[in-house]
Parts: sequence; structure tokens; C-alpha cells
Amino acid sequence: MSKHHVSTTINGEPAEFLCETQQTLLDALRDDLHLTGSKEGCGSGDCGACSVIVDGRLVCACLMLAVEAEGRTIDTIEGLAQGDRLHPLQQHFLEGAALQCGFCTPGLLVAAKALLDRHPDPTETQVRYWLAGNLCRCTGYDKVVRAVLAAAAELRQEHEVESA
Amino acid sequence: MMPHGKPNGLAVVGTRPIRPDGVEKVTGRATFGADFSLPGMLVGKVKRSPHAHARILAIHVEQARALPGVRAVITAADLPEIPSEESFVGEGPINFRDLSRNCLARDKVLYEGHAVAAVAATTDAVADAALELIEVAYEPLPHVIDVEAAMAPEAPLLHDDLFTQGVEPAPTQPSNVAKRIQFTLGDVGAGFRAAETIVERRYTTQPVHQAYIEPHACVASVGADGQCHLWCSSQGQFMVRAYCAKLLGMGIANIRVTPAEIGGGFGGKTLVYLEPLAAALAKRSGRPVKMVMTREEVFRVTGPTSGGVVEVKLGATRDGKIMAAQAVLKYQAGAFAGSPVQPGCMAAFAMYDLPNVSITGYDVVCNRPKVAAYRAPGAPIASFAVESCMDELARALALDPLALRGKNAARDGTRTAYGQVHRDIGYVDTLAAAKKHAHYAAPLGPRQGRGVASGFWFNVGGESSAEVHINEDGSAVVVSGNPDIGGSRASLAMMAAEVLGIPMERVRPIVGDTSSIGYSFLTGGSRVTFATGMAVVQAAEEVVAELKRRAAMILDVSPDAIEWKEGAAVPTDAYLGKFEPLSLAALALKAGRTGGPISAKASINAQGAGPGFGTHLCDVEVDPETGKVRIVRYTAVQDVGRAIHPSYVEGQLQGGVAQGIGWALNEEYVYDRQGRLENPGFLDYRVPVASDLPMIDTVLVEVPNPRHPFGVRGVGEVPIVPPMAAIANAIYDAIGVRMTDLPMSPPKILAALSGATK
Amino acid sequence: MATLVYAAPRTVDEAVQQLSRANGGARVLSGGTDLLVQLQSGRVKPGVIVDVKRIPGLIGIRAEGGGFVIGAATPCALIGEHADLKTVWPGVVEAACLIGSTQVQGRASLAGNLCNASPAADSVPALIAARATCTIAGPTGTREAPVEAITTGPGQTSLARGELIVAFRLPARSVRAADAYLRFIPRTEMDIAVVGAAVNLVLDARGLCTDARVVLGAVAPTAILVPEAGAALVGRQLDEDTLRDLDAAARRACRPISDKRGTVEFRTQVAGVLARRAAGLAFQRARERQ
Repeated sequence: MSKHHVSTTINGEPAEFLCETQQTLLDALRDDLHLTGSKEGCGSGDCGACSVIVDGRLVCACLMLAVEAEGRTIDTIEGLAQGDRLHPLQQHFLEGAALQCGFCTPGLLVAAKALLDRHPDPTETQVRYWLAGNLCRCTGYDKVVRAVLAAAAELRQEHEVESA
Repeated sequence: MMPHGKPNGLAVVGTRPIRPDGVEKVTGRATFGADFSLPGMLVGKVKRSPHAHARILAIHVEQARALPGVRAVITAADLPEIPSEESFVGEGPINFRDLSRNCLARDKVLYEGHAVAAVAATTDAVADAALELIEVAYEPLPHVIDVEAAMAPEAPLLHDDLFTQGVEPAPTQPSNVAKRIQFTLGDVGAGFRAAETIVERRYTTQPVHQAYIEPHACVASVGADGQCHLWCSSQGQFMVRAYCAKLLGMGIANIRVTPAEIGGGFGGKTLVYLEPLAAALAKRSGRPVKMVMTREEVFRVTGPTSGGVVEVKLGATRDGKIMAAQAVLKYQAGAFAGSPVQPGCMAAFAMYDLPNVSITGYDVVCNRPKVAAYRAPGAPIASFAVESCMDELARALALDPLALRGKNAARDGTRTAYGQVHRDIGYVDTLAAAKKHAHYAAPLGPRQGRGVASGFWFNVGGESSAEVHINEDGSAVVVSGNPDIGGSRASLAMMAAEVLGIPMERVRPIVGDTSSIGYSFLTGGSRVTFATGMAVVQAAEEVVAELKRRAAMILDVSPDAIEWKEGAAVPTDAYLGKFEPLSLAALALKAGRTGGPISAKASINAQGAGPGFGTHLCDVEVDPETGKVRIVRYTAVQDVGRAIHPSYVEGQLQGGVAQGIGWALNEEYVYDRQGRLENPGFLDYRVPVASDLPMIDTVLVEVPNPRHPFGVRGVGEVPIVPPMAAIANAIYDAIGVRMTDLPMSPPKILAALSGATK
Repeated sequence: MATLVYAAPRTVDEAVQQLSRANGGARVLSGGTDLLVQLQSGRVKPGVIVDVKRIPGLIGIRAEGGGFVIGAATPCALIGEHADLKTVWPGVVEAACLIGSTQVQGRASLAGNLCNASPAADSVPALIAARATCTIAGPTGTREAPVEAITTGPGQTSLARGELIVAFRLPARSVRAADAYLRFIPRTEMDIAVVGAAVNLVLDARGLCTDARVVLGAVAPTAILVPEAGAALVGRQLDEDTLRDLDAAARRACRPISDKRGTVEFRTQVAGVLARRAAGLAFQRARERQ
């Protein structure tokens, strides 16, 4: 049984792995690259716990074959913080108590980052609809949405300061 | 009196620090069950029954065993046969024989998905192939799922040795009714005769699942010396140890269970499914075995809560005094006895001070997975019925629904129908807070309605152990034995920090494994901040006492010259100026020379847990052409005792409300005519998504529980109890239709609006 | 155990050859949001997966001949971000953007949605209402077919072995023309449509409808064009009588099943409601597109 050799970029670093055709990107991330931050909650794209960003697009890693990662750039939860500098989203999730068990948190953070990358000033409704694919059973989403809006505000301010 | 000061005299308790496990979780580094790996690990998978009810005639595993890459195959024949024995290790009583047979079927399969064999193999693909090679010969039997159908005399029998308990004379014929329960207070006959208005209604609910996002996962490793180590996400590592020891016939000392982070439990992880299998496979194969459920397995085979039928009758005088209350509850237990019908019966009227009550409950087995606890087990179903009936009663009497509840509210000294007398409770405080909240007076738009409902949960105490160790630099480690499912690690650290008088950042809480900390009852029953908190406080207080003794030694003064304040040994008023304060850090530095390491432990059986009460307000908007309901506004008021970390208390309220909303509107198990689950996935098992919900406002009323050093009472379970009735009552307010069947999904509402018969 | 082969052709011809050679045991991988679920569950067991995303032109949207050409494998997220497409075909765009979550949107494609042939596919009613066509490449060359000719039943298409859809074409648009798509789901997101209704219409200068196509989804084995419903709109304003006739015509056309997502009665009733509401939306948009 010959495997595919995949060369890809993960969180800005080159990465390679071997995979069989039917393995998903989520399998490759967790089992071959030991990046266990992305979680499997359902395996069928219904819960968003495996959310990653591929070539700038938010996707479910369980709905992508590992072999498709060839030549692409992939961003996972492990790349959100810069060293020990947390991203404002992570900081606001902590300060705003927007996590409880934490299992859906990586997926939510990646999805929220994808949102703010494209829509820096979302309304509450926009945040809720964007994150509809990220199931959370613990928080009722209230503090999650507040944390995302707070992080968005902080990022807009940072951006204004930078551009000034 | 609170030994630890007035509310605004506290430095840490009541503040909102970042949770100690937070950074790990937001960076994806926290280790959940499936994130853990050991070298040489095998993959374990389970062969499951395609039938809802069948006799097992034969299981052939030879071909599977012979497949290259397969290292072990087990069936029930490979596990000890466990005799019937009730246990109280988990949440609610469980029979070890039933648990054993639930993990691996013996003689019969009792639900679709019931495990019949398990394999351990080198890869997923080999494990899958091995499962295909296992041949099971079944004799399918008629099945029954609906609770009343299961109670009928001609129903297919699940167990020929199940005789209804609680019935006199004891029956000679087996049935599917495991137990009948009765609670009586006064004389309901007389009460109803004295009533001027009577409302009587029947309510039905479907099974719903806890739907934690993390599937069950564990890794088991058994050495050649028989020492077993398990890593798993569960709600209780001691429970896992006890259950595995029993089911595998191993000594408790030979099993060590390390709790992983847990991705949600809500009661659904208070028992074992995979762990005994993984351990048995690990033993046989001589290699570690990892087992992770698929989402489909989680829904198909792990316990959702009961579906049930509840019949309620309320009788009141014209001015709103309830003279009699009657309820009959019939709950599905699933394949083995043990539905939460008893707590359901007990909680049904616990918010009210009633002279005459009769509550009857039936625990009924049927061919679906064995019920597991789900957040306030039994109470949400009962309260959906009772609180809806209260709403009808209020309308019949032309009384404000909060006023009706206030008129009959339980207060200090109220005796419940199950015998408990309420003490130091805050129910009327929640009613008052709801009444004066801006939500209650806010105007409603077209097709909108407002509903009110209350809820109750007992909360428990129980056995907990904790240790507090002072490090050489004056920081502290707090070790306890309860998996953190709601933020308890933070509140334990905060309480320890408060007692020690040091900043919370200097206190590191960890959850120890079964070999590293004394026995602790599992995480459930809203008990950890209460009971484990009590143990932590006790240990911290002993540490403080020891620190004062050391200070006295160092300063060469009498011990009564010293008091502990803000993390230092300071002179009492009588000795003011006689010596300089000695900080915890300074004392820690000298620990070796003053007697040795400074630490203390506490192992307690915490008594005095205080019950919790909540009152919820809900506004809905109904689309009359499609029956779709939108939650427009939600406010949850709850007596939380003392909010150690208010953000996480608010989080418990919001999470419970969200689950209640799902239960009310869209969640249900759908079975086909063969008794197979049609919706074992998040696509068609519809939990609320972010766009389904508004912000959930919370009001934390604090009526401290005087039996806890910080006034704590459990908070996690109450909030799931009121939402279904609050929503049903709001729907009635909006469109004048009384929904008595959960979930209140659009087709049902549309049909009710059309006046069609159900 | 047979190995599943993965092919990533760089040209349409290569793709056609790989699909033809595989003797029916091949599946096209576009966004993968249906295929991977079916692969994992064992519902499909192909021998070859042909990933078409590396073929130039399969992903992308361009204006052409007054209309638009959408590459078959274009993710719906791209469709949702295309300003001109949204202006001219708001119904097609909103339909495409209703498929699944944001994550699914990042991958799911029109061709995948169509060829998966679920009776409840969200993008299909709007495409049919819009008179969209598919460009199909196959062993005997390239052909054009209306979207409604593709699905023949649940999970079944009329595509011959070796054929694949390479693009969708939307025709040129007059002024005062607009479309709309509405679906009913029990939650606000994440559900398969219980009923879908697409309306595409053209108004004249007086605001009367001169052309209308009404297509319903999830109420029959495939999406269905309801000529009677369209006829109920032509020559009329959108008043109470028109809406009532439209509702009744929509209901009459329904042949749904009862399943865990909806009963026959519910689907039929809601089909009428959504047809009315989608027509209202399309009328309003058409009036605004002076």
C-alpha cells in the first residue's frame, strides 16, 4: 500500500507527512503531525471542532482529504498565539470566561479569527451566523459572542493606531 | 455566620480571575481523552448490535482473531459474570450486573448499538476489518420503546427476572416496570374537594442526549504485573476505577486512573462504556489500547435521558392557594432499570409549600440505551409538566404567574413531599428579582409572548478529598480529585487563596489521579465547589493554623499573639507593635527548620448542601404560518448561594438555559419501526447553534448557604429545569396554544394552530 | 484491502479519461463536503477519487456574454463574495450561501450540491428558476444541459460515465428582473432544508409580472419547476388573490415524503408559505432594480 507524500505549510512552517487517500486532514494533523489542538467532535462537518484555515478559507479539517493539503497553507489553533503572546481573541476568551470545558474552543477561535480577518466590524448577528457551524454545549454562546466582539473592537483600535 | 468575612470584605472570592486551565485551552494544548497517546498503542473498536432486541445465539470471533494485525478480541465471555449488586459510586444507583452487561451484552442485546464484542488492532482499518469478520447469530425479538407501551401487559419483556419493586403484594410475573415510587403528604382527595379550580393535563417528552461535543475516549495500559493505568475523560476517576475493578474482577489498588480534561459531560460521563473494554483488551494484547467513540456511537449507545409521560393535577382556591397537587410520572429507563424518576418525583413540587401532595413514579425499561444522568436528572421533565400546569392554573385564576408561585412558595421550614425540610433557601428571592427585572415589564411585539417558570435542584455534598501544600517560595498547590467540568478548579484555587491570604496567581490547582489524592465522589450533583471546596477550605485552614504555630515558634511568642491576615502572621490587637508581620513566603523559607514541609489534607463527607432555585423569564416570537419559534429574550434568575467566580456561575446558568431551549424546541431521539435511531448525528439531532439564541441575561441572587464556609450552594443543574415550561408558557402567551408534547417543533405548533388533532 | 486511488488531473481531458477508465468506480472530488461524509460512513466505496480543483477554470467566476460563468468547483464562499453576481442574481447567491456552515461554505460547490442529488439541495431550485445551464465535459465532447436535466432522483444524475460538470452558466438579465430563494429549517442554520422555494421573475414598467419561474425543493424526489405557480404570477400584481393562487399551485405540486425532517402535511403547507414569501421578495427586488 503506497502512501501519498504531502508537502504543505502549517502555521507558517513547512511540514510534510505520509497519508493514505481516505485519511482526512484532521487525521493527519492530529495523528501524524501531533497537532491535537483541532478536535474531532463528529467527523462529518456538523460541529466545527476541527476548524482550520486553508489558503485563507475557514474549513472543517474532517471534510478535507489530507492529500489535498499538498502545496497549501494551513493555519490551526496552534498558530494563533505568537510564542507566548496570545491573540486578542484568545485573551478576550480568557477574560470574558468564554470557555468552560474548552473542547470547542480551538474551533471557535479559528472560526472567529477567520471572521475578523474578513469582517473587522461584525454585528452580533453576523458573529452568530458566522459561528453557527461551531457547536458549543457548555456556554450558550453568550460570552463567546461578547468576547469576539470585544476582540474585534480591540483589533480595530490597534489597526487604527498602526495606520495613524 | 461566614467565618470568612462579609461579601465585600473578600479579596479573591467574588472576583473574576482568568481560569488556571484557560491558557492551555485557548492554545489547543489541553489534553483531552483522545489527545493522549502511548508508544505502541493499538486501536480498539466495538462490534454492536443491529437489532433493538434479540437473543444472542452465538458469537464467532475466530476469523477476526486470526486477521493479521489483530491483537485481541473479547466478548462478555471473557469478562467475569457479575452478580446483581447495587452500587452508589456513580450519580444515582447502578447495578453492577447491569453495568457489566451494558458494556458487553450477555445472552441478549437490548438496544440497537448494544456492544457484543471488542477488538484491538494495529490500525483503524484492521480494526474495522476485524469487526466485519466477527459473526453474530441473533434471534430477533419484538421490541418496545414507548414508555406506556412498555408498561402494557402484552409488551415484549426485556428481563425475565425484573419484578416491580414498590408494589404490594410483590408481583409474581416479571414486567418492564422496575419500580413504583410513591410520595404522599396529607390527603389529596380532601385537598381537591376543597379546591375551587382544578387543572389537569398530560405531558409527554422524548429522550434527549447530553450532546457533549467530546466523544468518549480513553487509553488503557496494563503491565505484565497486572497494574492497569487508564487515561480517560470522565466525570470521576474514582468512579472509573471502581467500575473497572468490579467489571474486570481486579483489585482497586491495581488500577490507576488519570483524568484527562473533559469536553463536556453533563452527567453523561458518570459511568463507563469503553474503559473496561480498553483495559481488558490491553491486558490480553499486552499493549496500550486507545478507544474513541464516533459521534454516531455516542448518540446510538450512550445514555440519553428518559422520555416520559407526566400527568399533573392541581387544585387551588379562588385566591390562588394550592390545596392539592398530584403527579404521575412514567420515565423510560432504557435497557436496564434506573431512570431518574425518583428525583423527578421529588423535584416536581419542591418549590412549593403544599398541604396535600401525591406523586407516583414508574421506572420502566425499554429497548433503547440505558439512561445516563443529564443535568438535574428527572427534574426538567417533571417541571415541564408542573410549571406548564401552574401557568394554566394562573390563567384560570386570572393571577399573575409570579404571584401564584409567590403565594405558594417554599420558604424556610417548608416540608417537601419527600420529607426534606427546606432551610435557608432563596426561592422567593428569585421570584422577587424576576418580578422587578426590566424584562418582566418590557413591551412585547406582534406574535410575541412571555412565559415564566421556576426550577429546583437538590444539590449534593458527599465525599471529597483535598490537599494544600506550601511550596518553598510561599506559593501553594491545591490537589483535589474532581474533574473540572464547569470551572471548579478556578473556584477551588480562589477559596484556597482567600483563606491563605495570597493572590490567586500564587495558587496552582491540580486534579490528581486516583493514586495521588484521597477518594472523591465524582463530579456531578453540582457538588464540587460546595463539597470539594469545603475540603479545600478545611485543608487551607489547617495550613494557616500550622503557619501561625511556626510563626509563634520563630518569633518566640505565645500562639495567641498571632492572627493570620492578608497572607501573613500579624500581631493581634493586644500585641500590636510587639513584632513585625511574617509573610507566608518568609515562613515557607523557614519550613525545614521549623518542623518540615507545611501542608494539610482533608477528607470529608460534606454535609449541608443547599438546594438551588431558579425563576426564568422567556419571550418568544412565533411564526404562525410555519410554527417556527424564535427565542427573543431570556433572563435566568437563580439563587446561587455565593458566587465564588461570578463569570463561571453565569456560564452555568447560560449553558443550562441553552440546553433547556434545545430540549424545548428541537432535540429528540427519532426511532424507526425497527427500533433503530434515525438521527445519531449533529445534523439531525438539533442542538442550538449560535444564531438560534439571543444573549442570555443572568441575575445571581445570593442567599448564602450557612453550612459552607463561603456560603456556596451548587449552581450547575438548576438552570436546565425551567426553560421548557418557560418556553411553552411563552408560546401560549403568543398564540393561545398549549403545547404539552416536547419538543415543540414547528410541525407540532403548526398543527396545533390549525386546530388539527395530534 | 484495495487501495483507494487519488488523482488530481490538471486538464479537463485528463479528468474525463480518469473517470471513464475507472469503470463507474470513480467519484469526482469537488468541495468534498458530501463525498467525505459518505466515504467515512461507507455509503460510497469508490476505487478512484478524481480531485478536479487543480484544473484551471474549475474554480472562479467571470462575466461572459451578458451573463456569468461559475466554475463547477467554485466554493460557495466565493460566490457569496462576488458583488456583481449578488446584485444580478441575489436568489442564486443566497441559495448557494445557505449550504451548511461557514466552514462548509469554504469548500462546497454548486456542482457537488447538484450531483449529490439530494432532493433538499439548496442551490438547485434557484439555479433551475434562473434557467441556469451546465457545461458538461465527457468522452464524446462537451455539451450544455439545463440544470433541471441533471438530477433524476435522490442520489442519481443523468451524467454518463466519464462525464463531469465543468461550469454553470447564468443567462443575461433584463432590468426589473430578480430572484429569491427561501428555505424552511427548524433552527436558524445547519439544517437540511425541509422545504425550499425559488422564484425568478421579470416585471414590466407597470410592475406587472411578465415572466415567472417557481421551483420547489425538498417536496419531491428532485427539485420541481411548478409551471402552474409561475403562471399564477404572470400578468399580475402581487396582491392577495395572486398570492393565494400561487400558494395553492405550489401546494398542489408537492409530492413530499414524511421523514425525520418533516411530514407530508407540514412540507406541503410550508411550500405554499415559502412560495408566497419568495415571490414577495423577488417582486420587491425586481422593483428596486430599475
